[in-house]
Amino acid sequence: MSVLVGADTKLLVQGMTGKEGTFHTLRNRAYGTDVVAGVTPGKGGQDVEGIPVFDTVAEAVDATGANTSMIFVGPRFAAEAILEAADARIGLVVCITEGIAARDMAEVHAYLEGTATTLVGPNCPGVISPGLANVGIIPGEVCAPGRVGFVSRSGTLVYQIVYELTSRGIGQSTCIGMGGDPVHGIGFIESLALFEGDPDTELMIMTGEIGGDDEERAASYIAERVAKPVVAYIAGFEAPVGKRMGHAGAIVTGSTGTAAAKAEALESVGVQVARTPSQVARLVADRLTG
Amino acid sequence: MDLYEHMGKDLFRVQGIPTPAGRVCRTPQEAADAARTFGGSAVVKVQVQIGGRGKGGGVELCRSPDGAAAAAERMLRDGFMGHVVDRVLAEELLPIAQEFYTSIVLERTTGGYLAMMTAEGGVDIEALARERPETIRRVQIDPLLRLRTYHVRELTGALPVAAREGAADVVRKLFELLWERDATLVEVNPLVLLDDGRVVALDAKVTVDDNALPRHPDLAALAQEFPIDPVEKRAKDAGLQYVKLEGEVGIIGNGAGLVMATLDIVARAGARAANFLDIGGGASADTMATSLEVILSDPAVRCVFVNIFGGITRCDVVANGVLEALTRVDATVPLVLRLDGTNAEEGRRIIDEARHPMIVSVPTMDEAAAEAARLSREAA
Repeated sequence: MSVLVGADTKLLVQGMTGKEGTFHTLRNRAYGTDVVAGVTPGKGGQDVEGIPVFDTVAEAVDATGANTSMIFVGPRFAAEAILEAADARIGLVVCITEGIAARDMAEVHAYLEGTATTLVGPNCPGVISPGLANVGIIPGEVCAPGRVGFVSRSGTLVYQIVYELTSRGIGQSTCIGMGGDPVHGIGFIESLALFEGDPDTELMIMTGEIGGDDEERAASYIAERVAKPVVAYIAGFEAPVGKRMGHAGAIVTGSTGTAAAKAEALESVGVQVARTPSQVARLVADRLTG
Repeated sequence: MDLYEHMGKDLFRVQGIPTPAGRVCRTPQEAADAARTFGGSAVVKVQVQIGGRGKGGGVELCRSPDGAAAAAERMLRDGFMGHVVDRVLAEELLPIAQEFYTSIVLERTTGGYLAMMTAEGGVDIEALARERPETIRRVQIDPLLRLRTYHVRELTGALPVAAREGAADVVRKLFELLWERDATLVEVNPLVLLDDGRVVALDAKVTVDDNALPRHPDLAALAQEFPIDPVEKRAKDAGLQYVKLEGEVGIIGNGAGLVMATLDIVARAGARAANFLDIGGGASADTMATSLEVILSDPAVRCVFVNIFGGITRCDVVANGVLEALTRVDATVPLVLRLDGTNAEEGRRIIDEARHPMIVSVPTMDEAAAEAARLSREAA
């Protein structure tokens, strides 16, 4: 079992014919993901290594039964691509694109609330359920199937920590790279809820970083709703204190956004917080054997 | 991108939001001249990309042209909280009856916008939010509905009747500005009611979404006006994320999260990072060479810790990139290289076989941080 992506995933790629899109689509397919279609307006009827290309998402869904979309469309058109996927009733959209304007994402975020579509990203490395499906740019080679669920704001930290888990023989159910943009889809809370409900996830890892209050809110959620063990890592204890212009952000969150504040919030609800990425794998190993 | 107050006020004026008469001054003489045109007195304010100016001596009430010149001279000479100051804003003094606060901000938690207003301006607004949150009116704005009349009524209901109409006009225009110019924050502290009944924005804090700059060339051009350290500029031009810090261990890593984690483990090993440098996804010889040049130009650096996790970029490619970079850049301090991930063994073999005198290859992050700390202590 896994969450978000798995054996049932039928993947469509928006922006598949671009350089990055083609490269990662073929990597995902080589990993074993069922890639059924690509969408590039004006290139309908062509194919990329046997994967048919359609002009619109709706056509692609009709023809192939795609249920998941991965987006590589450039930042100017990516918000529109997410909306198109949602209107074609795609259940899961994974948006890799970096640099989408926040206002565009605010509109997308509000629109998706009235739909059944779940968004991961944007500006994220994607989602992998090791051994089943890889949707995004997480290097599949460093992952292994298993019972640890992983959600992270940072991309390279996922790779690093997953690699150390795998090196110790600890596999993963699903790894979610949620991305670090201010307006994003699925976050810590939604991810932890999915893992809590997944019978094959035994323990969860969350890695956060300075800024915002996502980690503090996740801590409250864990206290109320999460029974499975959680191990966390927060990056940025030594990061330069960001210059801040207005006060509005701090008034809204009531949080200083520092790594120390986040670690403290998580520890206060019984989450073990590692102080180095390597310590994450050690804590998880102790927890699973102990 | 955080705008200077005077840039924010330019945007306010275009939108029709009342602001005091003011002039940007780059010399004490200009500040004195400005004060003369305002009838002899002026408020002189440093123009910097941070807040806290009022408390930090960055705002001075001047009752004479000479006073304005002296204030400007001090600010231009001393800078503000470590920031270079190349200009001040001199503004007319206005007869203020009452001070308020208003802002609209993109809210991370909801993915929408939040507008706030309180009648208690001119105070420490963050302390007010903690101690008496009920004094601040808050309105969630759905990005699909945008700002509606009932939102505005709810907000301005916090203010005395005499100020409501003027404040409503300001809020409506602030939202238009935020929306049309892709701002993620507009804040006015204080918004004031004058003795004559007008409502005026005495301050302007505007943050523009960097991702939206391509669709606002006029705003993107403002970036040129902010002072930037020459080393940071060089890194920026090469597409690298570089921030100078106070320590002695130079840091190169791929991915912001990994670089932040690297700063943390170097600190745990008892040393301090000299910089934050994220080379992003690629680790080509070009990128590596530029990164090393940037870091080695800092005389405080006693060793460099290169921390690379090979994902899609394979470690053997990174290893060759580092070696090639070292044929172009003269490594004056030792390099601690940690390669892990895809093809790590092959990468380390390439480094070992090259036997470069300045490279120390260490397999794990924690050990590499300890080695970097040791080398920087030795070089001290």
